[in-house]
Amino acid sequence: MADEEDIILSELDDEELVLQMHDDLYDGLKEEIEEGVNILLGRDWAPYDVLTKALVAGMTIVGADFRDGILFVPEVLLAANAMKAGMAILKPLLAETGAPKVGKMVIGTVKGDIHDIGKNLVGMMMEGAGFEVVDLGINNPVEKYLEALEREEADILGMSALLTTTMPYMKVVIDTLKEKGMRENYIVLVGGAPLNEEFGRAIGADAYCRDAAVAVQTAKDFIARKHNKLGAG
Amino acid sequence: MTGAPDDRTLTETGLAPGRNGRILLIACGALAREILDLRAANGWTHLDLTCLPAKLHLYPEKITAAVEETVEKHRADYDGIFVVYADCGTGGLLAEKCRALGVEMVAGPHCYAFFEGNDRFAEHAETEIAAFYLTDFLVRQFDAFVWKPMGLDRHPELRDMLFGNYEKLVYQAQTEDPALDAKARDCALRLGLAYERRFTGYGDLKGALARL
Repeated sequence: MADEEDIILSELDDEELVLQMHDDLYDGLKEEIEEGVNILLGRDWAPYDVLTKALVAGMTIVGADFRDGILFVPEVLLAANAMKAGMAILKPLLAETGAPKVGKMVIGTVKGDIHDIGKNLVGMMMEGAGFEVVDLGINNPVEKYLEALEREEADILGMSALLTTTMPYMKVVIDTLKEKGMRENYIVLVGGAPLNEEFGRAIGADAYCRDAAVAVQTAKDFIARKHNKLGAG
Repeated sequence: MTGAPDDRTLTETGLAPGRNGRILLIACGALAREILDLRAANGWTHLDLTCLPAKLHLYPEKITAAVEETVEKHRADYDGIFVVYADCGTGGLLAEKCRALGVEMVAGPHCYAFFEGNDRFAEHAETEIAAFYLTDFLVRQFDAFVWKPMGLDRHPELRDMLFGNYEKLVYQAQTEDPALDAKARDCALRLGLAYERRFTGYGDLKGALARL
């Protein structure tokens, strides 16, 4: 986006630096993001503010441009790598400083499917939004989801699939949750390239999320509703 | 190969109907050569062919609308229309649309499933989840369909993020072509995957067209 050559990050004021970090994230510049994070922390920014104002806000721009067909998978992956590098610095600090915890999500790609790019992006953006994320990886049978949900006392189950042949497995998981009387304990979000809203409804998920930004917003909405319900009860 | 345009044209623009048959096949550009070969070999002169750009596969969400538009555009000119797409990542939407339009389509999740035979493909689906499939067309168009769209020409460091979960590349050969075999082997090498060549011929595609 911007011409980086003459920009010395440490000479920028906070506002300029944050905007420059958005640009650097957009361009997938991992080292610049690490440097920017360290500069802001050195200026006594709270880790949570660095995360939300510099990284998450920047990644949200990347997500919007991906959705609008301006950016493509490779660029998003590079941006994600840069954000991941920034988050690696922030994570231990966030744990120390007691950043707000919004909820806990267990996420994984379904049985028979090894695709994880979308899932990884969702996991990262959920973490950025303050959710604790337990990533089960790829090729998950129903037992693994159920065991993790109970063990982790999760609020949300996220399932991902890239293949038309594997996406029906999400229904197997949801039906098993119902059979065991566990369905109402969890918010179930599903996503993946061949899915759509109708499919999400048909299999009994709470929502289909077309991208990571939608997943974050949907998760936040459902958690807020859950809290309201508990408050009212 | 019988009268197909070059692969680049099939990828970017597709193929206009020849106006020389009573049944129109609306196909993915990636299948043009195979369909024209089958038509020539079997004397299926009643079949006309139009192809949508093969690059639509990079945006599966656009396939259903593109097929619908093509059906509506040509249906008055033919006795029948047959859609030569599998589900192709549309999540059932293409099948649903074809039903609504009253046209039939090829069964199966992907071309690499019906080339191998849908039943046979399904039999080993669970044990072969880490296979990345290429057909003749995809081997020829590997750079246009895989390497460049995935950004590997500009960012080779992304290879393992994109293909790290795969274990082998399976080249499903529709034809006996040592040059394609060598190219497919090179594709596997570039992706860091083991290589397997599997001759499939035209699989279920032949039977589907023979019934028309």
